[in-house]
Amino acid sequence: MKKIIAAAVVAAASFGLVTGASAGTLDNVKAKGQLVCGANPGTAGFGVPDEKGNWTGLDVEYCRAIAAAIFNDPTKVKFVPLSSKDRFTALASGEVDVLVRNSTWTMSRETTLGVIWAGINFYDGQGFMVNKKLGVKSASELDGASICVQQGTTTELNLADYFRSTGKKYQVVTFGTSEEALKAYDTGRCDAYTTDRSGLAADRLSMAKPDDNVILPEVISKEPLGPLVRQGDDQWLNLVKWVHFALLIAEEDGITQANVDEKVKSDDPEIKRILGTDGKFGESLGLSNAWVVQIVKAVGNYGEMFERNVGPKTPLQLARASNALWNKGGLQYAPPIR
Amino acid sequence: MSTQAIPRHESPKVVFYNDPKIRSLFFQFILLAAVIALFWFAYDNTLANLKKRNIAQGFGFWNVEAGFDISQTLISYSAASTYGRAFLVGLLNTLLVSGLSIFFATVIGVIIGVLRLSKNWVVSRLAGFYIELFRNIPLLLVLYFWYGAVLSSLPEPRDSIAIPGDIWLNSRGLLVPRPVILDQFWLVGWSIVLALGVAVAITRYARRRQAETGRRLPAGWLSTLVMIGLPLIVYFAAGQPLGLDLPVKGRFNINGGLNLAPELVAMVVGLSTYTAAFIAEAVRAGVVAVSKGQTEAAHSLGLTDGQTLRLVIMPQALRVIVPPLNSEFLSLTKNSSLGVSIGYPDLVNVFTGTVLNQTGQAVEMVSVTMLVYLSFSLLTSAFMNWFNTRVALVER
Repeated sequence: MKKIIAAAVVAAASFGLVTGASAGTLDNVKAKGQLVCGANPGTAGFGVPDEKGNWTGLDVEYCRAIAAAIFNDPTKVKFVPLSSKDRFTALASGEVDVLVRNSTWTMSRETTLGVIWAGINFYDGQGFMVNKKLGVKSASELDGASICVQQGTTTELNLADYFRSTGKKYQVVTFGTSEEALKAYDTGRCDAYTTDRSGLAADRLSMAKPDDNVILPEVISKEPLGPLVRQGDDQWLNLVKWVHFALLIAEEDGITQANVDEKVKSDDPEIKRILGTDGKFGESLGLSNAWVVQIVKAVGNYGEMFERNVGPKTPLQLARASNALWNKGGLQYAPPIR
Repeated sequence: MSTQAIPRHESPKVVFYNDPKIRSLFFQFILLAAVIALFWFAYDNTLANLKKRNIAQGFGFWNVEAGFDISQTLISYSAASTYGRAFLVGLLNTLLVSGLSIFFATVIGVIIGVLRLSKNWVVSRLAGFYIELFRNIPLLLVLYFWYGAVLSSLPEPRDSIAIPGDIWLNSRGLLVPRPVILDQFWLVGWSIVLALGVAVAITRYARRRQAETGRRLPAGWLSTLVMIGLPLIVYFAAGQPLGLDLPVKGRFNINGGLNLAPELVAMVVGLSTYTAAFIAEAVRAGVVAVSKGQTEAAHSLGLTDGQTLRLVIMPQALRVIVPPLNSEFLSLTKNSSLGVSIGYPDLVNVFTGTVLNQTGQAVEMVSVTMLVYLSFSLLTSAFMNWFNTRVALVER
C-alpha cells in the first residue's frame, strides 16, 4: 500500500499534466457526489470503522460535517484509511480531498509538503504509556528504556528531542504502523509506547488488558491536531476552515442538534447570520445559506462531537481541558461569522 | 594465378533511404530520441508539478539534521547526525541483514536440498514438507511468525536468562560481550592475512604435487591449522590486544555489550528459512540433472561416495544451480525491505520511511532507494555471472 501510493505519486507527478494542482476541489467534490476523506485506520474516538464498517470518531465527524455542509447529507463521504507515513502524499497527490487524521500542524509540513492546515480540532501533546508492573511513575524514570514508536510522525522527533534535552539514554524501535508498534509493546519488546496522549488513551483501550497499562503524567510536546487540505485552492481551504469555526460558534451560541430547528426561528441577529436566515454567508463559500443548520443537524456542535466521541462519558474519558471554548478556559476560539 | 583483376562484386546502387543499413540506423535513432524525450518530459514535468504544488524538491536534504534515532546502527549515529548519515545507517543495515541471510539461506538450502534427495523416506519427506510449507506461505507472515515466536518465547529483561560467559538472553535480544579492539590489534589482523596467504599456497602446492607425483597431502587440515594457529600465536604474543565490553544489568535493560536485537534475529531467521526452501529446490534440480551414468562411472573409477559428490556431481550440478540461485539472492535482498513491518531499521524503514516523511520529498527518496536496490541487484548479478562462467561447462 505504502509503496503503491509512493509509486503512484511519482507516476502522477511525472506524467500528470500541470493542472494547477487542486483548483476547484469543491467543484470536483460536487461532481463526484461524495467527499473523499483521509482517515485514521483505527484510533478509537477519532477515526475507526465499527464492525458494520461505519466510521466513527471526532475526526470522522469532521468529514461528515463537511459533507453535510456541501450535500446536506453526512453519509456522502468515502473514507480512505491512511497510515501516518502515507497520509500527506495521499493528500498532495489528490487521492483524498481533505485529511482529518490526528495530524500535527508543524511549520516544515506546511512549507515543504504542499499542504495547509485549516484549523486545530484537538489540542494534544505527546505522552508515554508503560506497563504498571514496571512501577514507573514519571517519564524522568525512563532512563535506559526501550520505547516503541510509529514511523512517520512528529512523535519520533519529539522523542529524540526529549531524551537529548534531558541527557538520558533510550533505545527506539520504529514500526511502520501504530498497530505493529503497539503489538510489539504489548508482547514486551519495549518498556514504553509513545504517541499523542489522545492516541495513547485510544490505544490503551485496544490492548488485551488496558488496566495493566498506565499513561505517565508528562506531556513532552505540543501537538495541535487538525484538518488539512492541499495548497493552492483557497476556496476549499476556506470551506474546511469555516466548517470548523461553525462547529465552535454553534457550541458558543448554544445551537445543538436537538434545538437547531427552534433556533432557526430566533430573532437574535447573530444566530440569524449563523443559521443563514440573514445574509449570504453560505453562498459566499459556494454552499447553501443553511449550511450551518445542515452541519449541526448532522453531527451537532463541537462540544457535542467531543462528548460523544472522546469525552468523559466515553471509554476514552478525555477531559475538555485545552479543547474547551476560549470563554470556558480552553483554547478553542473562532472568528465571528459576519 | 592470373594477375588480371577480378571484377569486384558491386551491390546495385540504391537511393540512401532505401539502404537497409541507413534505415535501421534511422529508426533506432528515432526510438532512442523518443525514449530520451519521454524521460526528459517526465523529469521536467515532475519538477514543474512539484513546484506548482509547493512541495519541496532537490537534494539539499542530505546535510540536514535528522533529529530521530535508529535502533540498530553499525556506524556511529545520533539524532544530531544528518539525513545522509541516516541513509548510510539504513543501507548498512540492509546489507547486514541481506548478507547474513544469504549465507544462512544457502547453508540451510543446500542441506535441505540434499536431504530431499535422501534415500531415507522419512528424511526425504520431511525435507519435502519443509520446502512445500515455506514456499507456499507469504514471506510477511513468516516474518510475523518468527518475530512473534522470538518475542513471546523470551523473558522480560528483568528475568533475563543468564548464559555462562556474560551472555544474556531476553525479549530485547541476545546480549553478548562486545570485543573492543585495542592498540596492538593490527598485528593480529595482518597475521590473519598472512595465514590466508599461506593456506592458499599450501593448497596450490598440494594440487601440483598430486598432479606431478600422484601423492596427496592433507591440505585441508594443514590450512585449517595455519589459519587458526598463526593468529592465535600472534594474539598472545602481542599481549592479548582485545578488550571486552560486558553487558551489565540495569533497571529496564541490560546495558553495554553487543545486542543482537530480536528484529535482526527474526529478519535473518525469517529470510533464510523462507529463501532456503527455494534454494533447496534449485539444489535438488541441479543434482537430479546430472545423469546417473556419471555416478556409476565415478564409482567404477574407484572414487569414494564423498569424492564422487565433490569431484563429479557437484561441478556439473553447479551449472544448473547457480543461475536460479542468483535470482534467489536478488529476491532475498529486495525482500529485506519488509523489515519495517517488524521494526527492523533497514533502508526502506529509515530512508523511504522516516526520512521521506520528515522531508516529504517522496520523488527523491523513492528514486534514490530504487537506484540503491538496482545497484545491489546488478552487483549481485555481476558476481554470480562471474561465478557462473567459472563453473560453466568448458567446451573444447
